[in-house]
Amino acid sequence: MAVHKRSYRGYAGQLTPLWSRFSIVTRYAFKNVFQWKLLTAFFNACFLFPLLCAVGIYLNHNMRLLAMFGTRSFFSVDAGFFFHFLRVQGSLAFILTVLVGPGLVSPDLANSALPLYFCRPLSRAGYVAGKMLVLVTLLSLITWVPGLLLFVIQCSLTGAGWMGANLWLAAGIFLGAAIEILVFSVLALSLSAWIRRKLAAGAALLAVFFFGAGFAEAADAVLGTHKGAFLNLGRLIATVQAQLFRQPWRSPISGGGAWLALLAVSGFCLWLLARKVRAYEVVRG
Amino acid sequence: MVPVIELEGLGVRFWQRTILEDLRCTLSGRAIGLLGPNGAGKSTLINTLLGFYPVAAGTARVFGYDIRTQTRQIRSLTGYMPETDCFIAHMTAVSFVRMMAELSGLPSGAALERAHEVLFYVGLGEARYRKLGTYSLGMRQLAKLAQAIVHGPKLMILDEPTNGLDPPARQRMIRLIHEMRDSRQLQILLCSHLLRDVEETCDEVLILKAGRQVHYANLEEERRTNKRFLELETAGDDGDFAEAVESLGCECAVTSGKRMKVVLPQSFVMRDLYRLAEERNVQIRRMNYRRDSLEDIFLKAMENGNGRS
Repeated sequence: MAVHKRSYRGYAGQLTPLWSRFSIVTRYAFKNVFQWKLLTAFFNACFLFPLLCAVGIYLNHNMRLLAMFGTRSFFSVDAGFFFHFLRVQGSLAFILTVLVGPGLVSPDLANSALPLYFCRPLSRAGYVAGKMLVLVTLLSLITWVPGLLLFVIQCSLTGAGWMGANLWLAAGIFLGAAIEILVFSVLALSLSAWIRRKLAAGAALLAVFFFGAGFAEAADAVLGTHKGAFLNLGRLIATVQAQLFRQPWRSPISGGGAWLALLAVSGFCLWLLARKVRAYEVVRG
Repeated sequence: MVPVIELEGLGVRFWQRTILEDLRCTLSGRAIGLLGPNGAGKSTLINTLLGFYPVAAGTARVFGYDIRTQTRQIRSLTGYMPETDCFIAHMTAVSFVRMMAELSGLPSGAALERAHEVLFYVGLGEARYRKLGTYSLGMRQLAKLAQAIVHGPKLMILDEPTNGLDPPARQRMIRLIHEMRDSRQLQILLCSHLLRDVEETCDEVLILKAGRQVHYANLEEERRTNKRFLELETAGDDGDFAEAVESLGCECAVTSGKRMKVVLPQSFVMRDLYRLAEERNVQIRRMNYRRDSLEDIFLKAMENGNGRS
C-alpha cells in the first residue's frame, strides 16, 4: 500500500513457521551487538591466536624449514597443545561474554519490553534461546570452531594415523568449550536479567569469577578445607578441561565433581532466568 | 459467529490474594470496553487472556481458543498495547515495529513494508527513523499502537491507550480507534478507567469492581432505551407547573420549591414545555437536558457493587 493511503489494512500474507521465531530475537541482538565498533575489533582480535596456531602447525610440518633449523618439530601438537589453546581462547571468551552478555536481556527488562515479546507467539524459552544463541555463536566461533579447525589442519598434515589415535581430542575440544560456553552464557544472561543495568551486570560477572576465586581461597584458608574450590568457577572449568585432555592439574575436586558443580551452577542460573524473564512480574504481598 | 471473549467462571489468584473471581460473560461486540476503578482487575483480566498469569478457577476463550491450553493460537490472533511504557530505547521506530511484526510471523520483507505503513498510519511517518528513546510520551503511545496492529490482528487489546496524552493526542488516539473499529477488520478490547474513552468508542461494556463483574451492558441498546431527562429551575411557579408538565405525559419529581426533574416520554416536544411556561407566566431560569450516560451506568454499577447484573 502506498504510504499516502493512510487507512487501516489487515495482513493476509504468508507467515513464517513458529519454530523459527526465536531466531529473530538472535538476529536483532546480533545487529545491536555489532553496532559497537570496539567489540567488533575485539571479536576480530580473538582470531589472532588461532591464526598463529594454524601458521605454527603448518610450519611445524614444513620439511624445508625444519631441515633449516635442524629439528624434527618446533613443538608437539598433542593434548597439551589443545588444552592450552582452549585455556587462552577461554579467557578471550570470558572477556567477550563480559562485553556482550549484560546487554542482551537487561535493556528489554529496563524498558519493560518483555510483554511485547510474549504477547506474540514466542515462548519464554524461545526468547532465552534466542538471546543465548548470540553468546553461544560468538563464543563457539572463537573456541571450539577454530580448535576443531586446527585439529583438522593437523590431521591433514600428518595423515589418518594421527587422526585415528587422537580422535578423542576432537571430542575434548568440543566438550571442553561447550561446558565453558554454557556456564558463561547462562551466568551472563541471568545476571543481565537480575541486574537491569548493563554496566553493573558486567561488573557482577567479573565479580562472580574473580571475587568468587578470592572468596574460595579465603574460605579454604579460614576453614582449613578444600570445598571452597566449588566457588571458583574458573578453576572448575579448568578441572573439567584438564580431565578431558588428560592433563595433570592440581585440583582438590575430582573431574566428576567439577562437572556436577558446573551443571548445578548452570541449572541455578536457568532457574534465575525463568523467574525474571516473564511478561509481568507478580510481587508477593 | 464465534464470540470474541467468553468468560466461564474465570478466577485468578496470586498466592492467597484473589484478584479476579468468577467472571462469567460472553462478549462479541466490535469494540468492547473494560471499565472499572483503579485496581478493579482490568489489566489482570487482559494479562490472563494473553496467558501471562495462571488461571486459578474456571477458564476463558478468545475466538473459541481456551486460554489454558491454546495460548499460542490466541497470541497469534491478538495485538496488545500495554498500559506501561514498553519499548526498546536504542531501536528506531521502524526497526522496532519491524521486529515485532517478524516475531508475529511476517516474513522480513513484508514486515518492513508493514512497519512503514503502520507508522505512517498512526502518524509517526516523519519520525520513524528516530530512536524510541527520544520519543515523547504521546509518540511512544503511538509506537505501541503501531506494534500492536502491524501484523493485522483479529483482536486488538488496548490497555489504557490514552494514558498521559494531552487533549489533541487523546483525540487522535480515539480517532484511530474509531477508524480501526469501523474498518471491520478487527475487534477491539479497550481497557480504561476513563468513561469518556469507552463511551466514545465501545458498543459493549463490562464493568469490574474489586475483581468481580458488577455490570455488563450493551451500550447500543442502552443508548436506545435510556430515558431522557430535563433538570429545570423555575421562577414564578405557584405550584401547578409540575402538574401541567405531567399533563404532557412526563414524570415530574420536584426536588425543591423551584427545581424539578422531568422524565421525558419518547413523543415529547420541547416547544410544548415553553408554551406551558408562557401560559402560566413561569420563567425557566435553568434547563439541563441529559440522558442516562455511561457515567450513570457506571455509578449505579459501583453502588450495587457486590451483585452481578
